[in-house]
Amino acid sequence: MAHEVVLLDFWPSMFGMRVRVALAEKGIKYEYKEEDLRNKSPLLLKMNPIHKKIPVLIHNGKPVCESLVIVQYIDEVWKDKNPFLPSDPYHKAHSRFWADFIEQKVYDTARKIWATKGEEQEVAKKEFIETFKILEGELGEKPFFGGETFGFVDIALITFYSWFYTYETFGNFSIEAECPKIIAWAKRCMQKESVANSLPDQKKIYEFTVWMKKYFGMD
Amino acid sequence: MAGEVVLLDFWSSMFAMRVRLALAEKGIKYESKEQDLSNKSPLLLEMNPINKQVPVLIHNGKPVCESLIIVQYIDEVWNDKSPLLPSDPYQRAQARFWADFVDKKVSVAAKNVWSTKGEEQEAGKKEFLETLKIMEGELGDKPYFGGETFGYVDLSLITFYSWFHAYEVLGNINIEAECPKIIAWAKRCMQKEAVAKTLPDQKKVYEFVVQLRKMFVSE
Repeated sequence: MAHEVVLLDFWPSMFGMRVRVALAEKGIKYEYKEEDLRNKSPLLLKMNPIHKKIPVLIHNGKPVCESLVIVQYIDEVWKDKNPFLPSDPYHKAHSRFWADFIEQKVYDTARKIWATKGEEQEVAKKEFIETFKILEGELGEKPFFGGETFGFVDIALITFYSWFYTYETFGNFSIEAECPKIIAWAKRCMQKESVANSLPDQKKIYEFTVWMKKYFGMD
Repeated sequence: MAGEVVLLDFWSSMFAMRVRLALAEKGIKYESKEQDLSNKSPLLLEMNPINKQVPVLIHNGKPVCESLIIVQYIDEVWNDKSPLLPSDPYQRAQARFWADFVDKKVSVAAKNVWSTKGEEQEAGKKEFLETLKIMEGELGDKPYFGGETFGYVDLSLITFYSWFHAYEVLGNINIEAECPKIIAWAKRCMQKEAVAKTLPDQKKVYEFVVQLRKMFVSE
């Protein structure tokens, strides 16, 4: 089957990164198109008219939107290699639950750590640590959330790791001190080429965030 | 495949209704255990320690949480009858996208219609009707979101229909006037025995929501 795969993306987006990791895990060749989110391309607006957001995967001209929907789509189409989800329905539901937990709990809280100050920031830090401690509990002694192999939940979470230096610097705290197992897991994931090649450097994300705060007058 | 199926339930929850509807579509016998959400049972807290919410499906003693995850699980386990999701991965991704839209956009706006007042409520009403109009666009001229047959997206949205009378009275809006295609679609769904039997009476829901609103709004 011939595949034309295009990814509309934005380099610091942890949601776009999930799709990059998924494509790399499956060894899929694709064209990466960087979007300027202050000036969205006609292609983006056409391919994601509802949310007008990246990432968008365009497969043989047809768009798929929402990062976790895209990752499941990739897993189902390129099903012969490195499955992300377990085959058993119960374990699949379990993985979906934890990816959904990450989706509901991590982003908004994490954003408040770099985007707010004072009381609001302190509350956000506390919630962030609590969320990651719950995730540590779910990880347990397993090398990956997927068990012996890197899977759907690992993909959903690992991309936030590229923002950890940003959270720690703005929030003035150490994630490793609070959640050592998460850092150990993240470093294990980063040993995978698909992950290391897909995540930007943590310092670059920090510089981007500093710039973004100035640009939007968030200081 | 069969085994023991228990649903931790709450009669007026549109999320729990989704599961009841999926079970009815598949003809699965189950025990519904109505929960007191102001005094959560040890069973609920044990089966859903993370979110502590209904619905929870307990299949042969093992819990599955989050309504859309439960519905997908039911579809995968009882896969010989009335498929809810399409078999084609692209169509499946589209179905997941729209169910996610219902959860992220329709549901959130709907809540603001009954749980807020003043300007916040006006904004909520506007957004709610906008999201329903977007759904109308997606429905097009199809009898169901699933095409010729009732499917996953229909199931994710129809349960909100039981709350429409409550939205209309408390929000002072006329959904049929604004979104006639959605009402036509909903009435079509209600002709299905599984839907008609699963959804509670709209007046009963309204009385419940009037009481519930008191917890959110001082008037």
